[in-house]
Amino acid sequence: MGKDIREDIAWAQINKDVLKSLESPRRMYWIILFIAIAMIGVAVGSEVYQYQTGMGVSNKNNSHVWGLYIATFIFWIGMSHSGTLLSAILHLMHADWRKPIYRFAEAMTTFSLMTAGLFVLVHLGRLWMVYYVMPYPNERWVWPNFQSPLVWDMFAIATYLSSSVLFLYVGMIPDLAICRDNIHAGWRKKLYTVMSLGWEGTDRQWRNFRITYLTIACFLIPLAVSVHSIVASDFAMSNMPGWHVTSFPPYFVAGALYSGCAAIITLFIILRYVFKFEEYMTLPIMKKLVRLTFAIAMVWTYLNLIEFASVWYGHDQTAKDQLIFKATGPYAPFFWAMIFFGSILPLMLAFKRFQTHLPILFVVSILLNVGMWLERWMIIAPSFAHGHYPWTWDHDQWPSLVQWGIVFGSFGWFTLLFMVFCKVFPSVSMYEVKEMVYHRSLALKHKPAVKGDY
Amino acid sequence: MSQRHLLALFNDFDEAVAAIAELRGANIKGFDIDDLILKSPIEHPEVEKVLGDKPVNVQWFTLIGACMGGLLAFFLVASAQANFFSQIKGGKPIVPLPPDFVLTYEMFILGGVFITILGFLICAGLPAKRSPLYSAKVSEDQIGILVQGDESAVAIFKTIFTKHKALEIQEEAGK
Repeated sequence: MGKDIREDIAWAQINKDVLKSLESPRRMYWIILFIAIAMIGVAVGSEVYQYQTGMGVSNKNNSHVWGLYIATFIFWIGMSHSGTLLSAILHLMHADWRKPIYRFAEAMTTFSLMTAGLFVLVHLGRLWMVYYVMPYPNERWVWPNFQSPLVWDMFAIATYLSSSVLFLYVGMIPDLAICRDNIHAGWRKKLYTVMSLGWEGTDRQWRNFRITYLTIACFLIPLAVSVHSIVASDFAMSNMPGWHVTSFPPYFVAGALYSGCAAIITLFIILRYVFKFEEYMTLPIMKKLVRLTFAIAMVWTYLNLIEFASVWYGHDQTAKDQLIFKATGPYAPFFWAMIFFGSILPLMLAFKRFQTHLPILFVVSILLNVGMWLERWMIIAPSFAHGHYPWTWDHDQWPSLVQWGIVFGSFGWFTLLFMVFCKVFPSVSMYEVKEMVYHRSLALKHKPAVKGDY
Repeated sequence: MSQRHLLALFNDFDEAVAAIAELRGANIKGFDIDDLILKSPIEHPEVEKVLGDKPVNVQWFTLIGACMGGLLAFFLVASAQANFFSQIKGGKPIVPLPPDFVLTYEMFILGGVFITILGFLICAGLPAKRSPLYSAKVSEDQIGILVQGDESAVAIFKTIFTKHKALEIQEEAGK
């Protein structure tokens, strides 16, 4: 296994290495950016066509009213989970291995949420009427039902997005001051000067910073859990077969953490290569991340089995039929692919030899997320295809290329935002890596030279 | 007497702490230890041992923000429900507490986070204009001690800083 971050690495070198990532990434960076823009082009084209022609071109119809858009919306919301939530949990647990990777994970949260938000708008169709869903007194007599989980969803996601952005920003202030001090001209200098708020690293600033960061981390943990529980309530509080399951909220939270962790592994490998972060995004950190992902994969598998068991042994015949339909009907290949990618494939992560093998991990982490995307689709599509009433059944519906195009493009949108962020802002937290190195070197200094010294 | 500002830069945190301890014990005329500012590239909570405990009030902002957020959300939602009679309730309470709790909870957190940030900015004195005695080295790997005192104290400051291996001493006239 590769080496961990060196305790003797010079702090000036940390600044230099990370600041270099803002200026000269490998050529692969530009290739990724180009591909992302091309993917966005596909989505924009599909979206324009859908607007001009009407929602019918998406093949969304009764009973398939949500389609890929809402499945992908849940996927992106889920993906957003691991960044901020894991960063907050690991911060409270003083897990120092989080320090080199939490910044990009938090950025992933922000951009996933922004991508998810787009799907709500795309799904609405008539975007120019979006203000109809805003809760304010109006002459149209349209007033949101505050008892509906869909309204809770809007509040929860808005809270999560704004809190995550603030958490990301506050954690970045000391690093923005480093950028301000080291970049000497241009728009970047102005940007960092404004955003660093005049930070000088005084004892007063650090003291208040510590408490603030800790407090927001404490708020974010229950918030993140509540956000995906509420998304789960969009389904679980209805009486649709396949959705009305008590274990849905924890199942959603586990699924969200799972896909988020897999995404962190993918982005870890990309950033490590593109920005030459081998010194900071080390293999021992990857190993911990992979083990965490494996543990969450097993929790997800367990909750999946609980869901199946409670339906199978319950007395709701339509829910049972729905489960059988998923496993044997037209969606069966996707259902079993979900089980394979979500529950069988992660067993590989239990083996030491794969825990630090980056090419394999790269492929596996992407496939895990394919499984998690399929999970969301398998929640939505089969229930709409095979609901309570036989005259609403539509087993042959297949999303049109317009839907696929927009879903495809959303990955480009996320990639573009994320990669631009990593080029403009330091994606490795410099001051926290210094803290990590400082405390490790202190621990080494105080370590007895010979066993049994104390 | 006019005040002078001095910024001493140290390579080693322990030396900087030793310098602060000596400044505290030296009983220098025209110098108040509470005016001393330590600048560092990372957080050093252990510096409180020599600087003394200083209060942090951010948590009060958090408490007020969270309570205000929660209360505001509940009363806004409840008053909306109580005033919009055309919404069919199906025999359920006009202001149902369990679903309203969800939005109260979300806004409790939102209020808490927003006002915590406000509290942080106020308590940390941000945004601030950068002080003239600032070295970019502080954001890299050096520890800075900023002191202010009478002109007569400058020589003593310099002696103490030099004794503790200060790498550089910057000086400027105060206001």
